[in-house]
Amino acid sequence: MARYLIRRLGQSLLLLWLVSMIGFAILYLAPGGPLSQFALTPGMSEADLQRLAHQMGLDRPLPVQYAEWAWRLITGNWGRSYRDNQPVLWVIASHLGATFELMASSTLIAVLFGSWVGILGALRRHSLFDALSTVGAMVALSIPTFWFGLVMIYIFSVELGWLPAGSRFTLGDGSLLDYLHHLIAPSLVLALVTIAIWSRYMRAAMLEVINQDFVRTARAKGLPERVILIRHTVRNALLPMITIAGLQLPTLLSGALVTETVFTWPGMGRLFLDSISYRDYPTVMGILMCSALLVLIGNLLADLCYAVADPRIRLD
Amino acid sequence: MALPVLPSLDRRTLLGVTGAALLGTGVRAQGASKPPAAPKGQVIVGLSQEPTRFNPLMPAIEVDQGVWWNLFSPLWGVLPDGSFNPMLAKEVPSLENGGISADGLTWRVKLRDDVKWHDGTPFTAEDVKFTIDLINNPKFRAGSRAGHDQVRDLTVVGPHEITWKMAEANAVYISRLAWTFLVPRHILGAVADPNDAPFNNAPVGTGPFVWGERVAGDHLLLRANPHYFGSGPYLERLVFKYIPDMTVMYTQFRTGEIDYTSIQGISPDHYAEAKKLANRVISVNPSASIESITPNLEKPQLADRAVREALYYGMNKKAIIDAIYYGLPTPTESFLPAQSWAYDSTLPKQQHDPARANKILDAAGWARGSDGIRAKGGVRLAFSDSTTAGNYAREQAQQLLIQDWKAIGAALTIRNMPAAVIWGDYYRLSQFDSVMIGVTFGIGSDPDVTDRFASWAIPAKGGSGRNPSQYANAKVDKLLRQGVAEFDPTRRKAIYAGIQQQVREDLAILPMFQYATIEGTKKGLVGYTPNINALSNCWNCGSWYWAS
Repeated sequence: MARYLIRRLGQSLLLLWLVSMIGFAILYLAPGGPLSQFALTPGMSEADLQRLAHQMGLDRPLPVQYAEWAWRLITGNWGRSYRDNQPVLWVIASHLGATFELMASSTLIAVLFGSWVGILGALRRHSLFDALSTVGAMVALSIPTFWFGLVMIYIFSVELGWLPAGSRFTLGDGSLLDYLHHLIAPSLVLALVTIAIWSRYMRAAMLEVINQDFVRTARAKGLPERVILIRHTVRNALLPMITIAGLQLPTLLSGALVTETVFTWPGMGRLFLDSISYRDYPTVMGILMCSALLVLIGNLLADLCYAVADPRIRLD
Repeated sequence: MALPVLPSLDRRTLLGVTGAALLGTGVRAQGASKPPAAPKGQVIVGLSQEPTRFNPLMPAIEVDQGVWWNLFSPLWGVLPDGSFNPMLAKEVPSLENGGISADGLTWRVKLRDDVKWHDGTPFTAEDVKFTIDLINNPKFRAGSRAGHDQVRDLTVVGPHEITWKMAEANAVYISRLAWTFLVPRHILGAVADPNDAPFNNAPVGTGPFVWGERVAGDHLLLRANPHYFGSGPYLERLVFKYIPDMTVMYTQFRTGEIDYTSIQGISPDHYAEAKKLANRVISVNPSASIESITPNLEKPQLADRAVREALYYGMNKKAIIDAIYYGLPTPTESFLPAQSWAYDSTLPKQQHDPARANKILDAAGWARGSDGIRAKGGVRLAFSDSTTAGNYAREQAQQLLIQDWKAIGAALTIRNMPAAVIWGDYYRLSQFDSVMIGVTFGIGSDPDVTDRFASWAIPAKGGSGRNPSQYANAKVDKLLRQGVAEFDPTRRKAIYAGIQQQVREDLAILPMFQYATIEGTKKGLVGYTPNINALSNCWNCGSWYWAS
C-alpha cells in the first residue's frame, strides 16, 4: 500500500506540474488581458494602461512570469487576485462555503432519492414505476437548468411567495432556518439532474448484480429478501457508485454555474466565470490548481474505497 | 431633496443648481416628506457587476465608483447639471475667487476644518498632499495619473490649506479632482506597500457611510457614519447586492428583495412590464455613453470620407433605436450627451437616405461589381464590425446594418469577440475595421476629449491616449489644446462646439444614439437623483431615505 501511495504521489505531482504549465500558457496566451476591462473606463488613458501592465509585470516574457508564479506557489504564496486584491486562497475559501452548502445538500438529495428510485426501478423492472422513473429521468436530464430555475422562482417566489427569489440568506437575518429556507429551491433545481443521473446508474448497477450467481445462491440458502437486498445486492451495486462519487468531488470546487447565477448564489461557479471574464490570472490559476488537486484526490480516494469495499482488490 | 453637502457654487447659484437637478433629472417629488432625525432602515442596491476595488485611487470600473461616493469624499463633487459642489474643500477654486491664478498655473484650496476620517482622526491638508503624491508614486498602481502628473510644488500651507503649481494650465483638472477621492495618510502612509494594504479591503474614508462587511460574490454592507460632516446619512445601512444576471435582478426587484436596480438597471425588454408594477417607480435616465460605429480610419475602405458619409446616410438609426432599444435612447450627432453644458445642438441631423448614399459613392468612384458590392482602385467596400459577443442588442443592430449597407453596395461582416478580447489589443491597437461601441467621451461634466480625438493619442502609433479610430485633424488638435488651457466657460463652449462640428464633419465616428438607462426604485425612496456626471447613480446615497 505504501509503495502504491508513493507511486501515485509522484504521478500526481508530475500531472499537477503539467496542468499548471498548460493552464498558464493557455490563459496568458489567450487574447485580451486583465487590463482590457479598463479600456473603456472614462478617465483612464493608454499611458495608464501601459504603466499598469508594467507595474503588474504583464509585459514580461511568459516563461519569466510562469517561473515567478510557480516559485511563489511552491513557497506557499498563491498570489493576489487582480479583481479584489485579496490573497487567492482567501478568495477561493470565501466562496467554498456557499458552494459546499449547495453541492452537499443537492448531492445528498440526489444520492438518497436517486439511489432509491434506481433500486426500486431495478427490482420492479418493466413496472409502471420503472417506466415513469425512466421517462422522468430523461425529462429531468433534458430540462435546461436556467429555465427550470426561473420557473421555480416564478411559481414559488413571484406567484406564491413561499420561497425567496435567490441569495443565500436574508440580509439582517441569517438564522439557520433562514439559510435552509434559501437553500430549498437551488438545491432542488441542482438535484433534479443529479437524481436522474444517479437513478440511471444505480438501476443499471443493480440490474447487473441482481442476476449474479451469488444472489441466486443467497436466495437458494433461504436468506430473507431484505438481507439479500442490503447485504449482497445493494452493497455490490454501490461499487461503481464509488467511482462516480469520487469523480464528483471536483464539482464541489467547480460549483454549479447556472444554478448559482439564477439564484444569485455566491459560489465557485460564479467566481470561476467572473475570474475568467476579468482575466484574473492568479485566481483562475488558483482554482485550476485546486481543481486538479481535487480530481487527483478524488480518484485516489475512490481507488482506496474500492479496496475497502471489495476484498478482491488489493493495492500494491 | 437633500444634496450631499450644501453647495456653495461658483458658476451657478444654489437655486439654479437645485432647480436643474430637480427638474432635469427626474427626481420624484415626495410631498412634505422629511428625512428622519436619526439614520433609519436600509436600501438594497442591485448591481449586475460586483464592486471589488475599494482603494479609490486604484484601477476600477463604474460600479466601484458607486461605492466610493459613499465611503469617501473628493475635494468637490459634480452635480447632475455639471456644476461642482464643495465637499472636503470649503469652496471650489476658480479664477473669480482667486483659488486659481490668472495664468491657470497656481492653485490654492482651502479645506473644511470639521471633517474626520471614519476612525476619528481629523482630516487635514496633509491627506490631500499624501493622496496626490501617492497617485504619482511610481511604485503605486494608480488607476489614472492624468492631470495629477502635472502637479508641482505641492505645499501644505496650514492644516486646512494647500497650494500647488501646474506644469501647464489645465481647466480639466477641476473635473479630474471631482473624481479623485481622498485617502488617509495616517493609514496608507504607514504601510510598506500601499498596493496590498489591508486598507484596500477595509477602507477608511470621510464619506456618509462606513465599511461594514463584504461577503465576496454576494454583497457589501455599509453602515451610517454618525460623524459625517455633511447632511445625512439618513439610512442605517446601505447594501450593494451582486446579481450577475439581468433577468434575475429584475425578478428580485419584482419580488421586493432589492430596492433599486443600478448601473445596467432594467433591460429594455422588461420596461413595459416594469412600468405596470405596483409600488415601484421606473425612470429612464440619460447616460453619458454614446453608441457609435467607430471606423478604423487607416483601413483603405473607411479612410475615404465619402464612404463614411454614405454609410451614415445608409444607416437606419430610427429602426435600430425603435426595434431593438424600444425607442428609449435618443439619436445624436455628437460625442457629448445632450445634457452637457458644451453640447452643440446645431449639428446637422442625419437622415436615412439610401439613394443619397448611393449617389455619394457613385460620385466618389466606388463602382458596383457583379456581386453588387462596390470597389475602387482594387479595394472592395467590404469590412467587418466587431462588438462584445453576447450583447444581444448590439448583435441585432449589426444584423440591421448588414441589410442597410448591403443596399448601398457595402458588405458588412460580423466579427464579435468576448469583452476581454475585443477591448484588449484588438481595439486599443486598431486591429479592427470598425467597432460598435458605447463610450463616455468626457471627464465628468468636462467636455475635454483630447484622449479620444487628438492625433497624439493613437496607441497604434505610439500615442498615449485612446484614439483607436486613428483620427487626426490639425484643426481639432489645436482646438483641443485651447480647450484644456481655457478657463472661461463661454470661450470653452465655443471651442468644444468647434470640435464637435469638425468631428461630425469628418465623421470620425458614426454616432448612433445616447444611451438611456432604465432604473427602478421602490416607491417611497426619497433622494434618489440620477447624475449623468458621476458614472453611478449611487453618488448621493447619503441623502436617501424612506418616506415615512
